[in-house]
This record gives sequence, structure tokens and C-alpha cells, in this order.
Amino acid sequence: MATLDEAVPPGEAHDAPADPRRRDYLSIGAVAFAGVGAGVVALPLINQMSPSADVLAQSTTELDVSAIQPGQSIKSTFRKQPLFVRNLTPKEIAEADAVPVSDLRDPETLAQRTKEGKANWLITLGVCTHLGCVPLGAGEGENKGPFGGYFCPCHGSAYDTAGRIRSGPAPSNLAVPDYEFISDTVVRVG
Amino acid sequence: MSFPWAKQYEPKHPLMKWVDDRLPLPRFVYNAVGAGYPVPRNLNYFWNFGVLAGMFLAVQIVTGIVLAMHYAANAGIAFDSVEHIMRDVNAGWFLRYAHANGASMFLLVVYIHIARGLWYGSYKAPREMVWLLGVVIFLLMMATAFMGYVLPWGQMSFWGAQVITGFFSAIPGVGETIRVWLLGGFAPDNAALNRFFSLHYLLPFVIAGVVILHIWALHIPGSSNPTGVEVKSEQDTVPFHPYYTAKDGVGVGVALIVFAALIFFAPNLLGHPDNYIPANPLSTPAHIVPEWYFLPFYAILKSFTFDFLWIPAKLWGVLAMFASILLLFFLPWLDTSPVRSANYRPTYRIFLWVLLVDVIVLGYIGGASPTPSVILIGQLASTYYFAHFLLILPIVSMMERPRPLPNSITEAVLAGKGGTSPAQTALAAE
Repeated sequence: MATLDEAVPPGEAHDAPADPRRRDYLSIGAVAFAGVGAGVVALPLINQMSPSADVLAQSTTELDVSAIQPGQSIKSTFRKQPLFVRNLTPKEIAEADAVPVSDLRDPETLAQRTKEGKANWLITLGVCTHLGCVPLGAGEGENKGPFGGYFCPCHGSAYDTAGRIRSGPAPSNLAVPDYEFISDTVVRVG
Repeated sequence: MSFPWAKQYEPKHPLMKWVDDRLPLPRFVYNAVGAGYPVPRNLNYFWNFGVLAGMFLAVQIVTGIVLAMHYAANAGIAFDSVEHIMRDVNAGWFLRYAHANGASMFLLVVYIHIARGLWYGSYKAPREMVWLLGVVIFLLMMATAFMGYVLPWGQMSFWGAQVITGFFSAIPGVGETIRVWLLGGFAPDNAALNRFFSLHYLLPFVIAGVVILHIWALHIPGSSNPTGVEVKSEQDTVPFHPYYTAKDGVGVGVALIVFAALIFFAPNLLGHPDNYIPANPLSTPAHIVPEWYFLPFYAILKSFTFDFLWIPAKLWGVLAMFASILLLFFLPWLDTSPVRSANYRPTYRIFLWVLLVDVIVLGYIGGASPTPSVILIGQLASTYYFAHFLLILPIVSMMERPRPLPNSITEAVLAGKGGTSPAQTALAAE
């Protein structure tokens, strides 16, 4: 150390080292630089866990809905998640429209959840918004629950004919993915 | 770090002396689990369960490493590779059943170990750090067990992964993003299975590391004992080896008999038959339940069926479930009684029994279908669980008049053998 101290250029005080010292600047600078480097390296380590390109590439699904009769529904998949496509009967539409929106846990009208002029086509993810089970009600003869829509067997959430949460622990309505009718009978989801 | 009368390691063979001078590893082992660790002379069989937990961790690591030599962590073939282990791999059925039931045995002995700590006040000063590290180990075990259960990629595996990662979607705002990040997709799939396998392989070694810290922290004050009275002199202790290596050996034998009975006579008793159905992302099993060791926590999760104080039911359930475990971190400061052992706490011991019954009720509720009466019982039992720690424990600690403690461990031991006065005890030590 002694030799280093003597290397201080002439003119600077030997006996009263500045505070912080030059060495402190070097230490702080070096550690800060290494810290930023470590932080930058952490980014790819964290981001590698996000969905990869091939998973994201499965993000659109085209469906021909012409064979679905009123009152019927089908299960398809969208992004590896179940997708429910339901052709509502006029009675089911009337039931959904009869509910005062202000009474709902997640207030939305059927019209907001369907496309204009296509109010009978209810397209939702078949993923219960509680913890992600597939609700019953899309298959033939399955329990549609007390509100005639869907019923989740895992923890008892019940959805109405517009796929809106009505009772049970789920916080929100069945999600409506982005979709459009590219013809009268073909829907592109995603 | 140890008592002054602890035996010192004295290598006899010149080679061992040579090693000891350069790397005192044998000395470390001798002081940790050998004759160099003085232990209270009055430990009962409940003190076996720490060693048993260590043994089952070793069983899980050994069977797990060999299973990983045959398992394929790919969503397309994972289920088939497990069946390949069961049918084609030499002794594969034995290794897999040992690993699956080993997890149950590990959790079982750890639950008894935790209950031992609750009864005898093992979490109290100066052993708070031992307890805190124990809760960390418990959390790591839960994560490891969950991810291991996903690997066979059966129906329960898949839907367990869906539901448990769904917990994170309850976080306001960023929850769904976190869930997708954890899964590497929008639903459990290959990416999730692979990362769970990677972490399932890693975490047991993390657990082993924290176990070393747990034992290190324990050996600073030394082991507690059924009276909860601190060691006062050499006559209160015996060396760990051979006294407790022998006593633990008895427990190891009994535990292995139970383990063997499970593996050979009821290997699927604790499993769920639906996990022998390959994962189907389009169909949830009618009744999904976690493994038995998670049922009490699952019951707390299910107990929140209504929104309350502007917080959605789902978030309440998830918060309450995590809180029920994180609460244990605060236990050393919630119980303010200076007396450790429930043997000398006439009121506390009653409530501890009630808590045990409550947790068993929660376990039953966790596995039952959510009918209105089941939900109501679950809500009452969940409330009691929190009330025990947050209300009953501090109040009882304040009000209770404990029974008189023995003056020393030796006095308590000799009192049980026909009785003697403290003066005679002191004379006996001469």
C-alpha cells in the first residue's frame, strides 16, 4: 500500500485523503457496472419462460360453424385452450337479455359479447375464470348449471346463456377471444 | 456452538489425522451426528422424525435420479414413458412406486415433525431460525411435490397444473401475464412440462442445502426436549452416537415397514385413478383433487365463494391459502408463553388438539365435492385455523397458568423412574 500511496501525483495532499477516495469511485463504478451487466443477463433468463414463437404461431383458428344447429355447441381449440362455439336459441337470447346488467358480477350485455347481427353466436374460451377448469355445458347432455349456460364442476361456478358468471367463486365472465366472421359460416378466431 | 463437555474428535489412524489437518470433514460429521453432539437424554420417539425426513429426502433423490434416466419430459410421450417405466424398465414399477409413495411418506413424517414442534414449542427462542428454515423447507417441498405430480402428464397432472398456475392469475392486473409466463403458453403444454421437470430435479438439492442450514441452526442451541427445559449440565445429555443413532434406527425400521407396505401392497392407495388417463386439455375430470398432503390448504382455497371487501372471491381464496402457510413464519412471535412444552401448558394443549382435529376436518373437506354443507364446514374450519394462530394462541399465552417445570432434565427423568429430590439429583451428579 505504501508504494501506491506514494504514487499520488505531486500537489495532492498525502495526509488528508479525499472522502470518498479515488479508490472508492473505482470500486463503486466497477460493482455498479457489473451489477448492470448481471441485470442485463437476467433479462433473457427471465424472458425465455415466455411463450415461444411456435406457441404464439398457433394463435389463430378458423372454424366452419355451418353445421351447428340452434341450441347446439361445439368444443374447438384456440391457443391449445378449449373454445366453445354456441348457437343460441331465441329463448336463450331472451333469457340473457332479460337479466339486468347492474345485477351482474362482471356487467356485460349479450350484445357486447357477440358480433352485430350475429347475436346467436356465442364464442368464448372454455376456461373457467376461477382456476381454469373446462366448464360443462358445451357437450351433448352435459350439466348446463342453474343458469342454463355452463357449469364448472371443479368449484361450482355457474355461467348463464351469455357465458356470464352468475354464481360461484369465478371472478369474471368466460373470456370472449378476438374473432371475426370472414364469411357467413366461417369464423377466424385470434 | 456446542456444550463444553462435548467429546472431541480424535483421529486414531494416521491417514484420518492427515485428512483432518487438511479438510476436517470427518470432524464436521462427528460433531454433527456423531459422539461430538450432546443431546438431551429424555428425547421421545417424536424426535425421530427429523432423521426420518432426511432419510425420505435421500430416498426421493436416489429414486428420482434413476427415474429421470428413463422418463421423457415431452408432452407427446411423457405419459407413455411413465408406462414404459412401469412395464418395461427393469424394476421400474418398484422405483416409480417408491418415488410416488416416498413423497407421501416424506410429507407424512414432515407433518408429524411439524406437529412435534407445535406440541413441544420447538419454535421458541433460541430456536426461531430452526423453525423459519423448516417452514422454508416445507414450502420448497410443496413446490417440488406439485411439479413432480405434473410429470406423468395424466389427467390429474394436467388439471393440477392448470389450477395451481391459475392461482397466479388471481393477482390483480398482472396475474394473467404471470400465469402465461410461468406456463410458457396459454395452457399447460410442452413448455410447462419441461420447465417443471427441470425445477423438479433442481429443488430437492435446494431442499438438501436448506436442510443443512436447518441442522446448523439447530446445533447452535442444541436439540430441545419434551420438558422444554434447557440443558443445564453434562448429566442432562448423552452423545448423539450411539444413543440416538440407535433410537433413530428403531424409527427408521418402523418407517421402512410402513413404506414397504405401501409400495408392495397398496401402491396406488394414496394416488388418484384419473392420473392413469392421459392428459386431455379439452376435458376436466369431474372431481379434481390434489394429493392428500395438500387437501387442508385446498379446503381453505375453496372456502371463499363470495366477494368480500371489494376483493374477489378468487383472490381471497388464493391469499388465504398462501397465508395459512406463511402464518407459520410468525408463530415464534405469536406464542408469547415462556413455557415451551405443552406438557406443562394445560390450556394450550387442549387448543392444540382442537387444531389437529380442525386440520383433519379441512383435509376431509378439501377432498369432498363442494356441496353447500361441505362449503359451510370448510368455512368454519378455515376460520378456526386462522383464529387458532391469530387469536387463541396469543390470548392463551397471556392468560394461562402453566404447571411447574422440573428444575432440570435429569430431575424430570428420575422423577419418572420412582422419583428423587433435586438434592439427591445433585448428589447423583457428583
